[in-house]
Amino acid sequence: MTLEGGKCPNGHVSYPTHPRCPECGEPQEETFDFSDERGEVVTWTTSTATPPGVRQPNTLAIVEFDVDGDAVRALGQVTTDDVETGDEVEPVYVEELRDPDVGLKRENPESQEWGGYRWDPV
Amino acid sequence: MGVAVIGASMTKFGQRDAWIQDLLAQAGEECLDDAGVTPTDVEHLYVSNMASGEFEGQTGVMNALAHDLGVLPAYSERVDQTSSSGGAGIYEAWQSVASGASEMTLLVGGEKMTHKTTGEATDIIASITHPAEYKHGVTLPSFAGMTARHYLERFDAPREALARVAVKNHRNGVDNPNAQFQKEITVEQALDSPIIADPLRLYDFCPITDGSAAMMFTTEERAAEIADEYAVVSGIGGATDTHVVHEREDPTVMGGVVESSKEAYEMSGLSPEDLDVAELHDMFTILEFLQLEGIGVADQGTAWEMAMDGATAKDGELPINTSGGLKSKGHPLGASGVAQGVEIYEQLVGEAGPRQIDAETALACNVGGFGNCVITTIMEAAE
Repeated sequence: MTLEGGKCPNGHVSYPTHPRCPECGEPQEETFDFSDERGEVVTWTTSTATPPGVRQPNTLAIVEFDVDGDAVRALGQVTTDDVETGDEVEPVYVEELRDPDVGLKRENPESQEWGGYRWDPV
Repeated sequence: MGVAVIGASMTKFGQRDAWIQDLLAQAGEECLDDAGVTPTDVEHLYVSNMASGEFEGQTGVMNALAHDLGVLPAYSERVDQTSSSGGAGIYEAWQSVASGASEMTLLVGGEKMTHKTTGEATDIIASITHPAEYKHGVTLPSFAGMTARHYLERFDAPREALARVAVKNHRNGVDNPNAQFQKEITVEQALDSPIIADPLRLYDFCPITDGSAAMMFTTEERAAEIADEYAVVSGIGGATDTHVVHEREDPTVMGGVVESSKEAYEMSGLSPEDLDVAELHDMFTILEFLQLEGIGVADQGTAWEMAMDGATAKDGELPINTSGGLKSKGHPLGASGVAQGVEIYEQLVGEAGPRQIDAETALACNVGGFGNCVITTIMEAAE
């Protein structure tokens, strides 16, 4: 299980990865895993109107990680509804973040991954 | 080649019995009549629509509409740019006339949504997100909640300022007979409504809507010959921001709004100070602030002050969303950008009825996704 970001030869980083660097257009030739890092909540929301197959309520946060001096942001579900801006969190892996068998992609759930990392306040 | 708008129409927005093909035909027919154009004179037809296949199982809507309106053998094309499909349609229509490819271009935008549950409609819209976002159950309203929290905390803005956007746009919608809601609300009602994406509540969000809108484009020369009143597209720009929302350097800056408005100002030779009225994409109340800042009317972190002191009200220094905006008028995805164009056209040619203000120069900003794609259009009243 990895939380995989991409890095281009010019040192730009992103999560998720892209074939080409969003900043300079060079190929992202390196990847890095930051699933063992801790990050800080930039902002968050608790969504009460969620689509089919998604937990309700669904608390989400954008978290910023410091990966070897580079700031990398990632969106994810939070393990609790009790979170504040500035909280320190760590990623925890969940096999299925939403039910792929309902909702718009139910006909082709194999088109994407459904497992991933939630943010757990430390 | 100068491009003019010589006619416009929109259907009633709201919960409609009609399906997409009939909604499009209704606005299209009314626009032909409003412009005084014979169907066979139409050389290009653009149909702005995000997801008729996903919503209704009906695809090929440009072909269906061309046949239904009798504009054959006109070139026809469906334009999808998610929520900014309508603005993108304006861009395509403008290009078709400016390039000389068409002398008479009809643009019709429409969407049929209300037969789906809120959850299903939200899921169709959320499918525009990156799979790494989608798997977390992110929705467009939840992006708005996260952005609003960041804005309020960072710029020390009062929560009430967002409620005032909703109150203003509902007030404006009362004077729009085609609006989904023609009902005033109070700040207290907005602040007491149910939480949808904390800190945003029900009245911070536009509704789910059926509807259609249309505009007729031709050359300035032809417009001068056949139209009593017309407006000119004096500037237009389109831009794209990141697909993944959290990859933006500053969550409170809508890069697509900044870039597209810069292009539109450059083309028109105008600046933010020249605007008399604007339609902004208030799918969520917070977006009205981010766009006021993006188009250069307010400095970053200050647009909320305009809502608090009434500067954006109909009688304020720069009226915003005289139509009622998406908030009150409704948001039938593919129709919304066209309906923004309809409103500024009507303001410029003096056909806005009780919503009329004294306007020579108007701007419309149509946003797709959460600022992922943006079209900014500036129109001026013909001399």
